[in-house]
Amino acid sequence: MPVSQKLFAVLICCFVFVVTINLVRKRKLREEYSILWLLTSLFMFVLVIRYEWLVKLTSLIGAGLPTTTLFICSIIFLMLIAVQFSIKISHLTNQMKNLAQENALLQAAIAESRNVVTQECCGVADGPMKR
Amino acid sequence: MHKTIVIIPAYNEEKRIAAVVTGVCAAVPDAMVVVVNDCSRDDTVAVASKAGAIVVSHPFNMGYGAAIQTGYKYARNMGYDYLVQLDADGQHDPACIPALLAPVIAGEVDIVIGSRFLGNSYRPPFARRAGMALFRTIVSIVTGKFVTDTTSGFQAFNRDVISFFATDIFPVDYPDADMLIMLHRAGFRMSEVPVRMFENSEGKSMHSGLKPLYYMFKMLLSICVTLMREKGKGR
Repeated sequence: MPVSQKLFAVLICCFVFVVTINLVRKRKLREEYSILWLLTSLFMFVLVIRYEWLVKLTSLIGAGLPTTTLFICSIIFLMLIAVQFSIKISHLTNQMKNLAQENALLQAAIAESRNVVTQECCGVADGPMKR
Repeated sequence: MHKTIVIIPAYNEEKRIAAVVTGVCAAVPDAMVVVVNDCSRDDTVAVASKAGAIVVSHPFNMGYGAAIQTGYKYARNMGYDYLVQLDADGQHDPACIPALLAPVIAGEVDIVIGSRFLGNSYRPPFARRAGMALFRTIVSIVTGKFVTDTTSGFQAFNRDVISFFATDIFPVDYPDADMLIMLHRAGFRMSEVPVRMFENSEGKSMHSGLKPLYYMFKMLLSICVTLMREKGKGR
């Protein structure tokens, strides 16, 4: 691996690692979402520094070039991130549905109690609650 | 004295909801009628209220499944014993409600499905008929019982099923054949009674565009994963 390529890869790994840590520090990124980013940058860093491991991994997966292995790792990482987001979105969708339903039921209960109070105060016997 | 609630999920049904509510009130005078308004853009809320229904309104549109589940949650919170659900578009005949409720109140079954095919001449378009036949076959094989209408939204059930459906187990995304399999595996008893089906006067359907393709995919996947899960009411 040429030195310039190695240097560029190390810089990228360090940049991703530092930015992720900084985002967690500023509370802009939750710890649970930082794990994959940190692990990936560390993994890439190790592979770039220990080049012989990257070569071994390349032959193990049957890739042509070590840089191809790095690209494959990046794609796997992006897929994992996408899956993690899909799981989270599914969870949030369910929570949002439950919240909206609770909101609707509470609004209905408030409207019903207001109606009862109105009927008791004013003797109104008409309206949607007559049943 | 048992308490019965009739749930009508509605979305932009100002033209037809009044007739449905009035029909339900006439068919089951002792029942509470609740219209779940799925954030309609028209006057559905006012029309349904005026017709004598309690209206529960979603803050935004969430679809048919979420709307009926809101109704289940309302029924569970208010302690209702029996629940009937029917569509707001006037396709289901409210006069069939007593026949639908009878086996549930008698304790013979936990859920009754109003079948449009039993002793009826309801004939949907070919594509829908093929899909219905596929899911009918799957449900009949899995449950060991011949089910004629797996997509009917006209149903009645008891308190146990209400509590079961009010949890996150309920598939809010097109609850049809997968829901029946889920019920069977949870140990609930179900049966069908014939109901009358009117034509949808405006021809609007929630299965339009690419939705049937998604429906097929979702339903097959949902049935497969339901069969992979453990049996029981907590699953």
